[in-house]
Amino acid sequence: MALKLADYKTEVHNDWCPGCGDFGIVNALQMALAEMGIERDKATIFSGIGCSGKTSHFINTYGVHTLHGRVLTFAQGGKLANPEMTVIAVGGDGDGLGIGAGHFVAAGRRNIDMTYIIFDNGVYGLTKGQASPTLRLGEKTKSLPSPNTNYNVNPIGLAVVSGFTFVARGYSYDVRHLKDLIIKAVRHKGLSFLDVLQPCPTYNDINTRDWYAGVDLAQESMDRHSRIYKLEDTNFDPMVHYDDETEVNEKLSQALIKSLEWGNKIPTGVFYQNEIISQYSTRLTDKIPNYLENPPAKQRISENGSPTTDVSEILDSLRV
Amino acid sequence: MGSIDFTWLIGGPQGSGVDSGANVFSKVCAEMGYGVFGKREFHSNIKGDHSYFTVRVSDEEIHSNVNDVTLMASFDAETIFRHFDEVPTGGGIIYDSDLDKITIDEVHTLDNYFKERLHKELESKSKPFTITGALEIAKEKGVNLYPVSFREILSNLAEKTENPKLKGLVRLFNVLAVSLSLGLVKMPLDPLLQSIDSIFSKKPQIAEINKQAANFAYDYAKSKFNNFSYALTGTTKQPDTILVQGHFGTSIGKMVSGCRFQSYYPITPASDESVYLESNELLEIQNDRPGSTIVIQTEDEISAMGMMIGAALTGTRSSTSTSGPGFALMTEALGWAGINEVPIVITLYQRSGPSTGLPTRHGQDDLLFAVHAGHGDFPKIVYASGDIEESFYDTGRCFNYADVYQIPVIHMMDKFLSSSVVTCKKFDPQKISIDRGLLLDKVDGEYKRFAFTDDGISPRSRLGLDNGVFWNTGDESDEFGHITEDPQIRIKMMDKRMSRLDLVIKRIPDDEQVVSFGVYDYTIISWGSTKGPILDAISMLKKEGINVGFIQIKLIHPFPSDYVKSLLKDTKTIIDIEANHSGQLGKIFKQNISREIDYFILKYTGRGMTSTEIYDSLKKIVENKANKREVLSHGS
Repeated sequence: MALKLADYKTEVHNDWCPGCGDFGIVNALQMALAEMGIERDKATIFSGIGCSGKTSHFINTYGVHTLHGRVLTFAQGGKLANPEMTVIAVGGDGDGLGIGAGHFVAAGRRNIDMTYIIFDNGVYGLTKGQASPTLRLGEKTKSLPSPNTNYNVNPIGLAVVSGFTFVARGYSYDVRHLKDLIIKAVRHKGLSFLDVLQPCPTYNDINTRDWYAGVDLAQESMDRHSRIYKLEDTNFDPMVHYDDETEVNEKLSQALIKSLEWGNKIPTGVFYQNEIISQYSTRLTDKIPNYLENPPAKQRISENGSPTTDVSEILDSLRV
Repeated sequence: MGSIDFTWLIGGPQGSGVDSGANVFSKVCAEMGYGVFGKREFHSNIKGDHSYFTVRVSDEEIHSNVNDVTLMASFDAETIFRHFDEVPTGGGIIYDSDLDKITIDEVHTLDNYFKERLHKELESKSKPFTITGALEIAKEKGVNLYPVSFREILSNLAEKTENPKLKGLVRLFNVLAVSLSLGLVKMPLDPLLQSIDSIFSKKPQIAEINKQAANFAYDYAKSKFNNFSYALTGTTKQPDTILVQGHFGTSIGKMVSGCRFQSYYPITPASDESVYLESNELLEIQNDRPGSTIVIQTEDEISAMGMMIGAALTGTRSSTSTSGPGFALMTEALGWAGINEVPIVITLYQRSGPSTGLPTRHGQDDLLFAVHAGHGDFPKIVYASGDIEESFYDTGRCFNYADVYQIPVIHMMDKFLSSSVVTCKKFDPQKISIDRGLLLDKVDGEYKRFAFTDDGISPRSRLGLDNGVFWNTGDESDEFGHITEDPQIRIKMMDKRMSRLDLVIKRIPDDEQVVSFGVYDYTIISWGSTKGPILDAISMLKKEGINVGFIQIKLIHPFPSDYVKSLLKDTKTIIDIEANHSGQLGKIFKQNISREIDYFILKYTGRGMTSTEIYDSLKKIVENKANKREVLSHGS
C-alpha cells in the first residue's frame, strides 16, 4: 500500500510560533519520506533539545527525542545496531554546534550512513533568544543585552573538514528544494549534513524571512533580489569524481571557500559530495564480514532461555 | 591455610616486564595445581615508575593477598627500598648484587615522602642510606639474602652461548628474576619454557634467547642457594580450573549474555574490558552463522552512553564500561534511559576518587554516587560483584534485570578486581540464562510503548520492528511516548516507573540479592571486592575458635531492607568493611534499616585490603580494643 504524505503526520499538536521556519523543514521531511516511500516502521527520526527537538513527535515514524547536544550519539548507536533502518537526526544549531560540537566532529570521522539536519536560526529560541553558535560576531538580536562577543561557527566548513561526505544547505521557505536536498542526503551512502537556514520570527530580528528574501536590497536597487541562490544554477560541481588526492583537495577547498560566502549572496544546494571515502559499515565489514546481514539487532543470542554464544575456545585457552 | 601459603613479589620500573614475569609465575603455579591470587599495583605512568605484582600461592582455596612477602624477586634498587620491610623472618630476597652501593637519593623515582620515611628508618637503626643498609635490616630480622650479579649472569651466558649481544640485554632481567625464583623454590622450569614459547611464538629467536637465560638462571639458583626452606613442588590439580585476569569475568560474561554492542571511552581501569571484547569481536554461535560484538571507541563518555542507548532501543543488548570520571559524564543520559525505560548495563570499574584521584589505584568510592546518579527520581539497579568468578555470572544477571524490569543497571566492579589474576572454577555458560522480559518480536494493532499495565511493565517494541512505531522523549510522556505536562498522567507515569523498585525486591531471589556466609554475634556487612580478604580473614579467626559472620550485599539499590534486617536480627555487633572514607554502604544501611554500624574497617590508600589487615582489625574488635573507625594502610 503506497503511503501518502498524510501518513507521515502525527496528531500531536504543533506548538511552534506562527511563522516559524521549522514548519517548512518538518513538511519537507514528511514529503521526502513519502516520496521515497520509506515505510513508517523502517525509519527513525532522532532529535535534539529545543524547538527543533520536537520534530520527532510530529513525524509518524519511530521518533527518539534525545538530549541537548547528544542527538548524533543516539542516532549513530541506533544505526550501527540496526543498519537496515533509515536514520535521520535533527537539531538546532546550538544543539549541534555548541554543546554537541564534539560529537559533530567525531561523527564526521566515522561517516556512518545517515543524515543530520541542523535547524540553523542563530538563536536559542526555547530559552528566549540567547546567541547561538552561528550568530555572527557583533550582531545583536533583539533579546541580547549586548552584541554577540563570539565569532560564528561555519557549519558547512566544519562539516567538510570533519569528514562528512555529503554537505549541503537548504532554506526552510523553499520547501520543494529542501525536500529534494533531503532525498539526496538520505540516498547518499555515508554521513550527510544539511544546514537549513531557518528564520526565528520571535527572537532573530536580523536574519528574517524578509532579510533572506532581500527585501532591504530590493528597496535599495528597486528590483527583487533574494539573498538566497542555488549552487546547481551555477557551474559549481560539488562531486568528488575519482579517488585522487588532488581531486579531493580541490573539491574540499572549493566547498570551504563557498561556505564563507554570506551577506548579500548566500549559496544553497550541495557544497560537497564524496562517495569514495568508505562508509563506517564497510570499515566494519572489513573485520566482521557478515555485519550487514547479521547486525547486532538481528542476532539470535539465546535458545529457550539458554545462551547460544560458544566461548569454549576462549575458556579452554584459560584452562590450567 | 594449607601447608603451603607463599607470597612472591616481583617489582621493577614500568615497562620492564614485571607484568609478564608475574603472569608467567602465576601460570606456572596454577599449572602445578596451586590456588593463585595475584595483584598488580602500578603508577599512573607508562615507563619508569615503580610497579609491582604480588602472587600468593596456596594448596588451598585463597581469595586475597596477605601482608607478608615470602620471596621477593627484585632486579632494581627501588623494589628493594620499597618492599624489603615486607619480607618476614625466614623469607628471602633475590637481588642484583651490583646495586649494593646505590643510595636512596640516587633512585630518582622514589618520591620525597617515601625517601624521608626510609631515611628515618635507616637512621634509627644506624644503617647507611644504601641498598646494603636496607638489606642489613632484613638480614638481622632473619631474612635470607640471595645476591646475584645480573650482569655477570648475562656475560657468562653470552660467553657460553657465544652470543655477545646478550651481555647488555637488560630486557632479560625479568626472565632472570622469575627463573631464579623457580630454581630457589625447586619448581620445574618446563612450564616457564613453554610459556616463553607461547609468548614469543612469532619471534623464535627471542624465545630462544629467553629460554637460554631462563635455563642458566634456574640452574644458577639451584646450585648456589640451598638454605631456603620453602619448596613449591606441586599439589593435586583441581579439575576445571582456569587462570583469569580481572576483566575476563565481565567481558566473557557479556559475550555469553548476548551483549552485541559496547561503546566506551578509554579510562583506567575499565578499558581493558572493551579492548578484550573487540579482540574477540567475532563470536561462534551454536547452530547459527557467526555473531559479533560491535565495539565502538567514542569521542567521550557522553557519546558512549548515547550510542549505547541508541543501540539498546533497537532491541540489542548493549553496554558500556567505565570508571568514576567517565560515569560522572554519563549521568544525564542515565536519567534519559530511566525515564524511557531503556535496558542498559553500565559496568563501573571504580578507582580512587575524587576527581582524577589516584587514577591507577583501587577504591570503592562510587557506591553512593551510583545509587544517586542522575537528576530527578527514576528507578535503576545497582548491583555489586565480589570476585572475578562471580562477575561472570552477575553480568548475565544484570542483563536480565535490565531487560525484565526495563531499567538501567549499574554493575559495580573495581580496580582491585580488574588488576587481579586468580585461579577459579571454569566459567559455566550454561548457568547463565537469558530472559528478555517483554521484548516484542511482533506487534498487532495499536501499540503504546508506555502502556499502563498491572505491574507497571509495558511490552517493548524496538526501532525497526514492523508496526511497532513508538516515540521516546526525555520529557514526561504519555503512553505513546509523546510529550505531556498533564498532572494526572505525570502521577501515573512516575508511579509506573518507580513501582519497578518494589518489583525488583519482590521478584529477584533473595540469594541473588544478598549472600550470607554465616551470621554470628559479630557480623560483617560489605559489598564488592572486599569479599575475598574478608572470607580469608574470617577463616583465619575460625581456626582460633572465633566466629565472625559475613553478609555480602550484592543488590545495593533498591536496598533489600527486610531481608538484610531479618538476617541480622540476632547479631549484636555489626562491622562495615569498605574501601572508602565514609563507609558508604554503612550510610545506606543505616538509612534503610535505622540501625547503627558498630565498627567500620575502612581503607582509602588506593591499595586493596589484605586479609591480614582485616584479620588484625577484627581481632581488635572482638577483644574490645578497636576504634569505631579502623583505618587500614598496608601496601606501598
